[in-house]
Order: sequence, then structure tokens, then C-alpha cells
Amino acid sequence: MGIKPNNENNSSTDGDIKLKSGREGLMGWLNPTRYGWERVSYWLQRLTGVGLLIYFIGHIYETSSLVNGINAWNSMLELTQTPGGHIFLLLVIGASTFHTVNGLRLIFTESGIGLGRPGRPDYPYDATSLNYKQKSGIWVAMLLAAIAMLYGGMVMFGDVN
Amino acid sequence: MSEETKKIKLKVYRTNYKKEEPPHYDEFDVSVKRWTTVLDALLDAKSYSDSSLGIRYSCRMASCGSCGMKINGKPRLACYTKISELNDQTIVCDPLPSFPRIRDLVTDFTEFFAHHKKIEPYIHNDKVPIEVVNKDDLVEFKQTPEDVDKYLQFSYCIKCGLCYSACPTVATDTKFPGPQALSQTYRYMADTRDSGESTRLDIIDDRHGVWRCHFAGSCSNVCPKGVDPALGIQLLKGHLIGITKNDKKIATLRSKEE
Repeated sequence: MGIKPNNENNSSTDGDIKLKSGREGLMGWLNPTRYGWERVSYWLQRLTGVGLLIYFIGHIYETSSLVNGINAWNSMLELTQTPGGHIFLLLVIGASTFHTVNGLRLIFTESGIGLGRPGRPDYPYDATSLNYKQKSGIWVAMLLAAIAMLYGGMVMFGDVN
Repeated sequence: MSEETKKIKLKVYRTNYKKEEPPHYDEFDVSVKRWTTVLDALLDAKSYSDSSLGIRYSCRMASCGSCGMKINGKPRLACYTKISELNDQTIVCDPLPSFPRIRDLVTDFTEFFAHHKKIEPYIHNDKVPIEVVNKDDLVEFKQTPEDVDKYLQFSYCIKCGLCYSACPTVATDTKFPGPQALSQTYRYMADTRDSGESTRLDIIDDRHGVWRCHFAGSCSNVCPKGVDPALGIQLLKGHLIGITKNDKKIATLRSKEE
């Protein structure tokens, strides 16, 4: 007994009954582990989207250094020629590949294409929309991201030119 | 021959905001058999260990949608979840996430029902009044079994709130109607008796509306009735952007002589 839960929000009152908001907030979507591959895809799509937005801003800053002369540009390029810079670029390669491929899947999915048709549900009530076509799309996006990262890693760290 | 019995530990979230009682977990040792449900175990603890345990339940057969709670980290119906299927010696019961908490495992559904009510979840038809006072004014619509199949699964919703509590958008946006209300919008849109499509689409087509769903699929993952809210919502979006084929013809009325 007496273990304190870690997730308490602001309380409010509704008549005589005191209520406490049970909303999970950001923690609600930060944990992708409980609801299958579609939730993992949702989580990765959002994380890679935010990551690529930050990269895009950094990329504009990086390329704009050219207006300060060739030396400023070269010193900026040197940052990407370090092991840390290579790992960062690997993450960018993986994120952009996954975000693109999974995004293409989601364009169709969110338009109602490839989800199956409504029908009479039977026990054990497997959802039509969580079908293997959708799951395969997620796996393909992850696989292509891994292949792109592997090739990028070989180019940056290995002998491939 | 007697069935095999084993002991499990039931960890239950306890709090009483009226008494300013700080939240904590109480633990109960409960004997369970192969078919014991989480609700059976909770009622055992309530009967023999602590009668003050707050639980809401009614039908015990996944029809009323009262006993939704977070069981081992996932929203489920306590009456529909067998202890044996969880494969764990410790069963942790928390109140449903995204719902205001009243006491122990009991949550407040006011906001959830308000979202449902807002989409006007009843048949709109220009030819028929919404409120019928005289029973002679009652009419029947002609629908084929194929017409019924288009919306039947969505009408199986028991409003248990599991989809609402699993949804990552609901977790961060209080104005988002949630998977339940949105799938019910599709349910009426697909129903050939209903002609209130533009009214409902106006309600859900805003910045906190249907476009905030990004197909995490968690609603369909936890739905205990096979409603598949994610399917309804994506079909609704496809319809709004004009991709899904809309060949709906409003059903005709059956005359008294037919």
C-alpha cells in the first residue's frame, strides 16, 4: 500500500463532486508501446516530422553561411565531416526516408483507401482498418529507412563513393 | 474435478478527492480461476477485503460499457478481460485516462457524452419530424441488407469510452470530439435514412475536429465491440475531401398500405 501514482493534474469541482482531470497530456502520445504498429507509426511520423522541421531550419542557417564568404561555408561544412556530424546526417537520412514512405501510405489511409469496408463484426472483433496491408506499409517504411541509413553510413564511414 | 485456482495480486488505484485523500495503490490478494475476469476479482476484493472500493459496473457482459478502466496499462472493459489472458501475476487497475476522476476507478463521462450529443446522433430526415408525438405518425424506411451493412458495425458502439481514453489526440486536445463521436458522425452519414450530413459535417469540420485524427489506430485497437472507429473516421475524411465514393440515396418511406 501507499505507492504514489506519478500522474496527477489540476483538480476542479463540479457541484458537490470533486473531480481531478485524468488527461495524460503529452505523456499520452509519447508512449507508443501499448497499441500496436499503427501507434508506433503515428509516434515515429510525428517525431521524424518535428526532427525534420528542426533540421530544415538548421539547413537554411547552414546554407545561408555562404553569403559570409567561402571560409564561413567551409567551416560550416567541417561540422558535418566529424563522426558526430555523420551520425546526425544518418538520423536525417533515416527520418526523411521513413517520413516520406510512411507519409505516402498515410495520404491514402487518411483518405479512406486501403482500409477495407464496413461489415458485420464477428468475435474476436479484429478491426478491419488495422489490416496487414497497413502494417506492411509501416514495416516497408522502416525497412527502407534502415537500408537508406545503412547505405548512408557506408558512404560516410566506409569506402563507398 | 475442481478447477485449478491460483493467487494473483490486484493493485487498485485509490483516491477520494472529497476527503482530500492522496492517490495511492491498494493491493489485494485474490484467488482466481481460468475464467475469472478482472471485474470478478475487483468484486471479490470489494466483498471480502475493502467494501469502500469504488467501481462502476452493471451488465457484466460487455453490453453496458460501464466498467471501462486501464488494466495493465491499456484501456479495457473489466468484465470482458480475463485475468488468465493478461499473463501477469500482478494486475494493475487505474481509472480511464482522459476522463476526469471522481473516486477510485470511477470516472466522469459528462464531457464524453457532450461530444457525442454535439454531433446530433439521431436520424435527420426532411420528410419526418425528429419528435413524434402521435404514434400514427410513426413511419418505416425501406432499407436493403446492403444498406444496413454500411453502418451497422458503427451502431454497435456501447459508449464505454475506451477509444476516447486510448486516443493520443484526446490526451492533448480537450475540444477534439474523439473517436466515438466522429465514428458516430460517419454512422449517420452512411445511413440511408439520414439526410443531416451537411449539419454534422459543419460541426466536425473545424480546427479541433476530424482533421486532428492522424490514424494512430489505438481506438480500434481497444474497442471491445468491433466498431473500428478509425475506419469510420478515415472514411469520413475521404468523403469530406471527395475521394470516397458517395452513392447514398435517401431511403423512401414505406406507406401504410405496403
